[in-house]
Amino acid sequence: MKTIAGAAALCAFAVAGAHAETSVKVLRPESNSPELQQFWQDVIAEYEAAHPDVDVEIEYFASEAYKTKLPTMLQSDARPDLIYSWAGLTLVDQVKAGLVQDISASLDQEYLDSFAPGALAAFSDGEAVYGLPMTARLVVFFANEQLTDKAGIDLSAIRTWDDFLGAVATLKEAGITPLVSGGKDKWPLHFYYSYLVLREGGAEAIRAAMEGDDEGFESAPFVAAGQKMADLAALEPFQPGVLSASAEQGNTMFGEGKGAFLLMGDWAYTQTIGVDEGELLEGSLKILPFPAIEGGAGDPAGTLGGINGYAVTTGAPPEALDFLKFLVNAEHQREGARRGLFVPVIQGTGDAIQVPFTQEINAMIEASPAHQIFLDQYLGASVGGTVNDISAELVSGDVTPEDAAARIQEAWEFR
Amino acid sequence: MAAVEMTAEQPSATEKLRRRLTSGRMTATLVLLPPALILFTLFVIYPLAGSGVYAFYDWNGYNTPTDFVGFANFERMAGHSVFQQSVMNSLKVIAVSLLVQLPLALLLALLIYRRTPENTVFRLIFFLPYILAEIAAGLIWSFIVDGNYGVVADLTRALGLEPYFITSDRSWAFTAVMVVIVWKYFGFHMMIYIAALQGVPKDMIEAARIEGASRFEVVRHVQIPMIKPAIIVSVFFSVIGALQVFDVVIPLTNGGPANSSHTIVTYLYTFGLARLKIGYGSAIGVTLFIAAVLVAVFYQRLFMRKPA
Repeated sequence: MKTIAGAAALCAFAVAGAHAETSVKVLRPESNSPELQQFWQDVIAEYEAAHPDVDVEIEYFASEAYKTKLPTMLQSDARPDLIYSWAGLTLVDQVKAGLVQDISASLDQEYLDSFAPGALAAFSDGEAVYGLPMTARLVVFFANEQLTDKAGIDLSAIRTWDDFLGAVATLKEAGITPLVSGGKDKWPLHFYYSYLVLREGGAEAIRAAMEGDDEGFESAPFVAAGQKMADLAALEPFQPGVLSASAEQGNTMFGEGKGAFLLMGDWAYTQTIGVDEGELLEGSLKILPFPAIEGGAGDPAGTLGGINGYAVTTGAPPEALDFLKFLVNAEHQREGARRGLFVPVIQGTGDAIQVPFTQEINAMIEASPAHQIFLDQYLGASVGGTVNDISAELVSGDVTPEDAAARIQEAWEFR
Repeated sequence: MAAVEMTAEQPSATEKLRRRLTSGRMTATLVLLPPALILFTLFVIYPLAGSGVYAFYDWNGYNTPTDFVGFANFERMAGHSVFQQSVMNSLKVIAVSLLVQLPLALLLALLIYRRTPENTVFRLIFFLPYILAEIAAGLIWSFIVDGNYGVVADLTRALGLEPYFITSDRSWAFTAVMVVIVWKYFGFHMMIYIAALQGVPKDMIEAARIEGASRFEVVRHVQIPMIKPAIIVSVFFSVIGALQVFDVVIPLTNGGPANSSHTIVTYLYTFGLARLKIGYGSAIGVTLFIAAVLVAVFYQRLFMRKPA
């Protein structure tokens, strides 16, 4: 029976193969959200039904493997046509190497204008456009109101960093773990450092450091951010063994009510914490923006997160771009939003979001004056890795704020 | 005298060539050597030479390397505290392998080398860790030493102690790695010794016994000298293996905390490959390769020569 089914499948494949003249290969990191995979299958099926001569194949790699294998894949005959991208310097390197193409000529202005400006900017350089953004991601504080209530903390009163430190101390006194995180993976801790830099100096400070103004990454906002992170670490706010916990473990601990706050990307809501809408922590999940720093130059409404999308590789057939435009059209943006999979990046499609959590995330992104991309992506693999390193070491007390800033600068120079 | 004989017997050069060609040896060489040589060149020499070249470039893996930096990668590596730590760690693995793992393996081998049903069971048990994939072993141990859920957590709870997280303790994380390495590989060396011990002639041991040698003296003066070749080989595997430790570390500590538990290879992976500094990674790889070759050559010269 199995053989027959297999043979039938093979025949079907052969028939399909005979008709399909062009294939479009999509490569993306693995997602542990079955709903997102379903979304892809639905879009591909819809596209293939409308274009019987095109065959869209999607391939998944584990996240870390995706990053390390991509350079080789891009330079081989097995080069995919559309590649997942977190934008940032990695995309710039790919552009410089001529592995990604400028698609601006094939996009009409009306379509380009439909994107949120910040989202499109992540994938373009002046007039040139190297890919299309698809989703916006946001890092926020997840809060367990049940625990904060127990400690007598009013979440809505946490507005500044000092308020936040106060809440951490109060929670400690009440015997509740204030923060949970996954320090073995390091990047969950880099959210703290990045946000502190954003609050201290704004996105401009990061741009200035990259351009080598002032003292580069050793300028005041970076050192001050390191100091604030060291101050936080001195309170021992994290769960015991934070440095040996993976990101998933951190998320799971929060989901099990073992910590009051979790600083994490909105994806944790559906992907890792894995809950039906509103059900997490029996409705006591609240989200908070990262607190402001008094006297900090950064706008407190500024956000940290991701602009993720797809770049079109050099030599990809025109169908690849056509499919990408189909994938990222207003209708599918709305559909993804409706299913609660992501915050869309085409303006006016956010109203399709039905999950209250995602609605709140969307509102924060829309209200943000500048949406900074995760520093570990934005600054490229090497400098980004260093930011992750020093973030973990600031928590373990293995580096001083000055040395931390100097290490980033050194990595930047050696980039 | 020899010269006289030689001239009488020595065939001319052309005759030699003719004989060789017709004897079939030359044909065999010509037919059989190229495939092996091509494969060896393609998969060993070429990549090695490639890394040797990349090591002198600052290269992120895209296009061909153009930014020649001379020895900058090597200088940076030598000055990087994490690299120095990783070299220290690799040396620690060598030390633990030689001073703890091999004696343990030898002791167990001496206890269970005889062919009895009970011994077979023990052999299987001790050999089991070696059969496990390294990555699985690392994962299993990361659960065991987890202070919240693992065996260690049960222990501390039973003793009424604070939860302890060895893999987030800077001074002890690498010890955890070494424990796993010893646990994982002692069975392999034990098997080498068992095979060798079974080859020691029984009458020699009996003769020693009759002469009044104690159990310890038999081990010291008969069995260990007799299995010396096996010990030499196992030390060699142990040292080379210690230089290559990778898969156990990644799931267990991922090199942390604060990059304190890297070995040379996890350092290469983290700072060379994952951060897309391919030139830098190549420099580390070349250094490691040279170290391994030096160890291999010197070891062979010193210990593995055929007795003259």
